[in-house]
This record gives sequence, C-alpha cells and structure tokens, in this order.
Amino acid sequence: MSAFARRDFLKVGAAAGGGLVLGFHLPFGGEAVAQAAGKPFAPNAFIRIGTDDQVTVVVAKAEMGQGVYTSLPMLVAEDLEADWSKVRVESAPVDPAYNRPGMGMQMTGGSSSVWSCWEQMRKAGATAKAMLIAAAAATWKVDPSSLRAEKGFVIHDASGRRLSFGALADTAATLPPPKDVVLKDAKDFKIVGKPTRRLDTPEKVNGSAQFGLDVSVPGMLVALVQRPPVFGGRAVKVDDTKTKAVPGVVAVGQPSFGVVVVAKGFWAAKKGRDALQVQWDDGPNGALSTDALREEFRALAKTPGAVAKKEGDAAAALAGAAKRLEAEYEVPYLAHAMMEPLNCLVDLRPDSCEIWTGTQFQTMDRAAAAEVAGLKPEQVQIHTTLLGGGFGRRATPRSDFIREAVEIAKLVKAPVKVVATREDDIKGGFYRPMWYDRIGAGLDASGSPVAWAHTIVGQSILAGTPFGAMVRDGIDQTSVEGVANLAYAVPNLYVDLYSPQPGIPVLWWRSVGHSHTAFVVESFIDELAHAAGKDPFEYRRGLLAHHPRHQGVLELAAAKAGWGKPLPAGRGRGIAVHESFGSWVAQVAEVSVTPRGQVKVHRVVAAVDCGQYVNPDTIAAQIEGGIAFGLSAALHSQITLKGGRVVQSNFHDYEVLRLNEMPEVEVHILPSGEKPGGVGEPGVPPVAPAVANAVFALTGVRVRRLPIRPEDLKKA
Amino acid sequence: MIKLTVNRKPVEVEAEPDTPLLWVLRENLGLTGTKYGCGMALCGACTVHVEGRATRSCQLPISAAAGKSVTTIEGLSTDLGHPLQQAWIAEDVPQCGYCQSGQLMAAAELLKNNSKPTDQDIDDAMTGILCRCGTYCRIRKAVHRAANAVAGGAR
Repeated sequence: MSAFARRDFLKVGAAAGGGLVLGFHLPFGGEAVAQAAGKPFAPNAFIRIGTDDQVTVVVAKAEMGQGVYTSLPMLVAEDLEADWSKVRVESAPVDPAYNRPGMGMQMTGGSSSVWSCWEQMRKAGATAKAMLIAAAAATWKVDPSSLRAEKGFVIHDASGRRLSFGALADTAATLPPPKDVVLKDAKDFKIVGKPTRRLDTPEKVNGSAQFGLDVSVPGMLVALVQRPPVFGGRAVKVDDTKTKAVPGVVAVGQPSFGVVVVAKGFWAAKKGRDALQVQWDDGPNGALSTDALREEFRALAKTPGAVAKKEGDAAAALAGAAKRLEAEYEVPYLAHAMMEPLNCLVDLRPDSCEIWTGTQFQTMDRAAAAEVAGLKPEQVQIHTTLLGGGFGRRATPRSDFIREAVEIAKLVKAPVKVVATREDDIKGGFYRPMWYDRIGAGLDASGSPVAWAHTIVGQSILAGTPFGAMVRDGIDQTSVEGVANLAYAVPNLYVDLYSPQPGIPVLWWRSVGHSHTAFVVESFIDELAHAAGKDPFEYRRGLLAHHPRHQGVLELAAAKAGWGKPLPAGRGRGIAVHESFGSWVAQVAEVSVTPRGQVKVHRVVAAVDCGQYVNPDTIAAQIEGGIAFGLSAALHSQITLKGGRVVQSNFHDYEVLRLNEMPEVEVHILPSGEKPGGVGEPGVPPVAPAVANAVFALTGVRVRRLPIRPEDLKKA
Repeated sequence: MIKLTVNRKPVEVEAEPDTPLLWVLRENLGLTGTKYGCGMALCGACTVHVEGRATRSCQLPISAAAGKSVTTIEGLSTDLGHPLQQAWIAEDVPQCGYCQSGQLMAAAELLKNNSKPTDQDIDDAMTGILCRCGTYCRIRKAVHRAANAVAGGAR
C-alpha cells in the first residue's frame, strides 16, 4: 500500500470539545473559520472522534439520493474498525482538501464518488485507527502490535483491557500521524460489501431533512425570476406597477438574465411576478422549433461529420456485405425535473458571501460566486445542503443558478433565496441534448456484422463551457461515448459526429451520452440479430467474446429473467447490455402493449457488475432508480420548442413515471474483485432499448424514436 | 389573523388569504417537511392531512384552512414511531428524500382507511405522488410491511 502522505495530516489536534480531529473541521453556522494559529490549512478533514465515542465522517460529496452519505462513511468505518451505530455524517465545506482525488475540484458526478474516494476514505479510517492504537499503547505502556481495534474499542487481548475510541481521543490527538498505514484485506471486511441501512433515512421520514429550499436565515427575502420566454432574449420594457402593489413585494430588479421580483415570501414573489408586464426582445432564437431542428439534424446525418472513430474500412465492407441494414434513430431534449426545483440562498456582505444550496460543483460554484460578488474565493462559503435530486442539473460548468443568485443578492442587499418554480425548471434549459442518429451496417453470409457506420447529430455538452478544451478535433467524447467504443466485434467501424449549436442550453443528464447511445446501439444490434435470424441474446453473446464483463451480466440477466422460456400470452421480452461509468449492466424487460398502443412494463431483471462494492442495498436502489428514470424517458418525457418557446411547463405535459407504472424490478449483483465502478448512472442506459426490443419481440414494430408513442405502435 | 390547528396545536397566522397552506406551513410556521414540487397538485410533494384527509397543500388557500385541523409530516409521530416511518426505515425507501413526506402522508391516509391495502389500492392512493429517484418498488413494499405490522400488533 502506498504511504498516506503525511502532509495531508498536518492538522491533527484536539477538538474544541475534546477528542480527536483528523484534519480540520470547519464549524458551520457562519462562525469564522477556526484555524490553529500559524499552521497552514492543509487538512485531510474526514474524521472527527468525540470523547462521547461519536465518529463524525465529513463527506465531500453531495448527497442527492445516491447514498453517498452512507457509502463513504462505510469505507471509513471499515478501516477505522468503528462501531457503525456511532457513525454520523457532516457535509464538507468547500476546500481543496475535499477535491475529488486526482481531479483538482470538489464535485459530485460521473458516478465517481465510491471509486474515486475508495482508497482516500479507507486510508483516513486506517490512519485514525493507528493513532487510537498508539494512544492506547502509550496509556497502557504496551507494544502497539499487541493491540487491535474492534467496534469502537482498542483491545489488549493479553490483559483483557479495553478503551473506547472516545476515551482515547484526547490522547490520540496529541500523537503524530503514522507515515504509512496498512489497509484491511477485503476478506476481513465487516461493513463494506454488507447490506447497510442508509444513515439519512430517519431524517427523511420525519420532515427534518434540510434541502436547500428549506434553509432560511434571519431577514431573508425570496426572489423569483421572470426569464425571457426565448433563450437569449432580453427585457426591453418592464411595467412593474401592478407587481409593486402586491403586498409583500419588496423590490423589482433587472439583472442580466431577466426581471427579478423580491418579496417577503414565496407567494408574494409569485403573485408579483405574475403581475409583471414585460416586453421582450426575443433575440436570434425567436423562430426556433424542434420540428425544424429535427429536419436539420436529419439532413446533417446524411453528410459526413467529424470523425470520432475509424477502424478498418466501413464503406468498403458495407459495399461488399451480403446484407445491408440502415436505420435512423432519434431522442428528444429532456429536462432533469428533480423533485426539488433549483434554489440558492445567498447572504452577501461587504467582505463575505455565504451560500446555502444543493450543488454538485462546489469549487467552480465558489469561484463563480466570488467573481460575481467581487470577492476572493476564500471569502465565499458554500454550505452544501441535501439535494432533492441532482441527475446532473446541479453540476453546471457555468454555475448558472449560483451566478444568478449572487447577482440578485447584489441588487437586494439582504439575504435572499432565489427559487425556481416548476415552470422555471421545465422551461429553463440545460437539457439533455436532442439526438439524431443514422446507422448503416453490413452482415456477412453467416449474419455477423462486418461493418458499422454511424453518424451522430446533436449538441455538444462541453463546448462553450470551462470544459470546452476537452472537445478535440470536433469530438466531444460525451456525444459519442457508447458508440465510438462499441464493444461488439465489428471489424470495420466508422463513427462521425455533428455538433450543431442552435442556442438551446444543454447539460449532462443522468448517464450523459449513454442515455442516447445505449438506446441506439442496443436497438440496432437487436435489428441485426433479427436480420441474421438469431436469438438477440445469443447474437450479442457471440459478438462479445472478448468482453467477459459484458458477457457476465448478459448471461446473468438472461438466466434470472428466464430468457427463452415461454411467456404468458401478450407479453414480450427484450434484452440490452451496456457499459458506462466503469460498470456493466444488462437488463431484460417484459412488456405488454394495449390495443391503443400503450406500453406497460411488467418486470425488469437487471444484472450489474460494478467491481468491488460498498453497499449492495444501495446498488439495488440505484439500479431500481435508474430504471425508473430511464422509463420516464422511454415512455413519457420530451421537451419541444415552438416559436422559440419551450412548449412544456409542468408535470402535466412533461410527464414522468408514476408509481402505478413502475415494473417489478430484480437486481442481481455479480460478485467481483475488480476495481470499483459507478452505480448512480449505469442503471439508466439499458432500460429504454430493453423495453423497445421487447416491444419489437411482441409486436414486430421497431421503435426508433423516444419517447415511445402509441401512434407508432398502432401502425403495427 | 387566521386560526387553525397544526399538528394538534392551535396556531394563528398572518397571511394573505389566498396564500396556499403550503407556504404558510413552510414560511410562517417553519414546518419545512412539507415540500413544494409543482404548485399545481400534479406531484403530491406537498401532501398533508386536513381534517384527516390527504390534501395537496399547494392548492388550499389558507383562508379555506381556517378553523381546520392540519397534520404535517412533523406531526405523523414525534419519535419515528408511526408504522409507516418504521417500514420506510426497514425498506430503506428514500433516496434523495424530497418527495417522501408526501408519500408518507398519502400512505398514512390509505392505511387509516384500509388496513390491508392491495397493490391496486396502493396504486389508486399513491399514483399522484411523484418520485424522480424511482423509489416506487420500495414504497409499495413498505406500505405492505406497515399494514402487516399494524395487523400483527393488533392481534
């Protein structure tokens, strides 16, 4: 094991109330940052052990439902040998100590929390344990090697003596941290890998959990923004006479992004906003429509774009193929529609700025807030609250909602909570891009694919953001992930990409590019299987001979779902497999279709290989959730624009999956000693194609656009 | 001043009469467990009990709640002791947790009126409460678990 850098533990000392602080704890609640005199702030601030035996784990990741407030503490507790019942969680402040290892920024995303923090969390626990053991050794004057830790105690077996972590904390705090620590062998794990109840459930079932929208500070005002109805538009004339007459309205302002109404509470702000009379200049996007855009994309897909992948000679192989297939696929813009709409509370003072919000991008948000406020980043504090869903929307490279809130705070000169209504959320942009794909494939006489030529058209998520430099030679990898690295054995592969810029703000949406590419690839490979006259499961298996982890989950899902066994009349079964975020997921969906063309998904059997894992119950929950999220997109959701305006506004026209539509879900985890992968996103990609393939198996109608429309199925 | 009873305590609030109960609970009374999700009775995150009936508090003006008895998630129990809360913990239902107050309040009304709900009963009572994290399978299991626990306890 590599040494845990000693400098990371400079800040070991006594806690204010006694006890061991590993690294540094920043008290919340607006107190000044409590720094020890003269010492550099160079913490690795993950653990605090009180004299009351309580172990507080400071989690640098945003908890948005993915269970990170439980999984990361489990990793710490494992190597600390903590008593799990004494473990508590605290949200980390913004500090380089909490950057994602190897990344240089504090963020939560890309299904990366567990794998990126795996070693860091375990070493933090192991270091604390070593210091507690050293403290006991000093207390009892025995050799540390004669001691062991178990469930919150250090034990000297020879004499039967034992002291709790809390009893040792003050002494441990005076000792130097060890240079090296040894991590436990996986076979000795007591916590990691065992189903463990989430630490945050009790507060989420009695109403005490605090999301961003729930935070208030004395004297706080509430602000709602009236945005231009067209992206890139601006207000030219504002009549706020009626607004100002609404009781409770305090001010109306014109920040750069629209008109803001500030009031003593939400309702007054809402009524005040409704009463605004604004004349807008629509700007260049006033005629934008997704119907027209689709035709543009469709035309572009017929001409060559920037080359993302070229293996062999797909054109020649296509020309010489025994059989050729062509298909066009499309998916719409999608809103994240987290249950908690965006919000951000800012308390801006002349030399400080305190922010409470649910964010996935603390470092960038802090820098953005500082820039807008005219402060240094160190003068900005962000309290990351619980997130009422994130799905990528709260990870914004442009820090849109943070910048806006600080700009409003500058106008208001009082603590202000900027709140989005559901309509603001649905109409506010930052969507999963709309995609149009055109694919041609050639099969040889035996039905095996010899060529795959694939043109993708859709907006780049990275272009024009601080991550824009990652777009190389016209290729945003998030646009082609899942296709450019096609796992199926196709000797001649050609993938090209168009990235039009129609002025609609786009953003990553749970599973990013895979949310689209898995649907296209896994549907089209199904088409090839049927064209070859092969069973879709066997066909895939044969083409994945060099991808054992794909095969592993494919076989497990098929076996558990009873692939090949007869189904009740009126049911169809479809399969899909996809790798994303370092994990492999296969799903088998069972569906029926009503005479009116409505799809009912009865059962989804999922198999997942995410390498070594922390909490199997969380993995099951994330796959269940990924399936629900993917089904919303497969069956219901789409954002369209007409005359530059977003057509949808709330859950009546931006529909998402409801309880009565939720299929029975089975999740099977493949045991693995491989390095850990992600689980927050990989459950999403396979479900749409699995359902579409099941629809084909049942009806013979190939679904080539999402959401699945009853009228497409009635054509059967 | 508008008088009503919230979580068995009489309260008086000063608010414009058209203010939805939701915002009075959250902003005037500090009961932030009841959530805003859509403002149009489409998502159910704001569900509370008014006179024992599950009600979308985003649609009920405070003037119409005058004199009524309101129960919010904070009043479901004081000690996590409600069978549904226990079942929610046992099944590890919440993910982000934002919708769960509404889910629990809808389930509480269902269980009060129907001690042995079928899957169809659960669909009928709870389909109006949206969850984007996809906790639906566990919600269903937890409602059954709570019903069984109540039935077991009554024996």
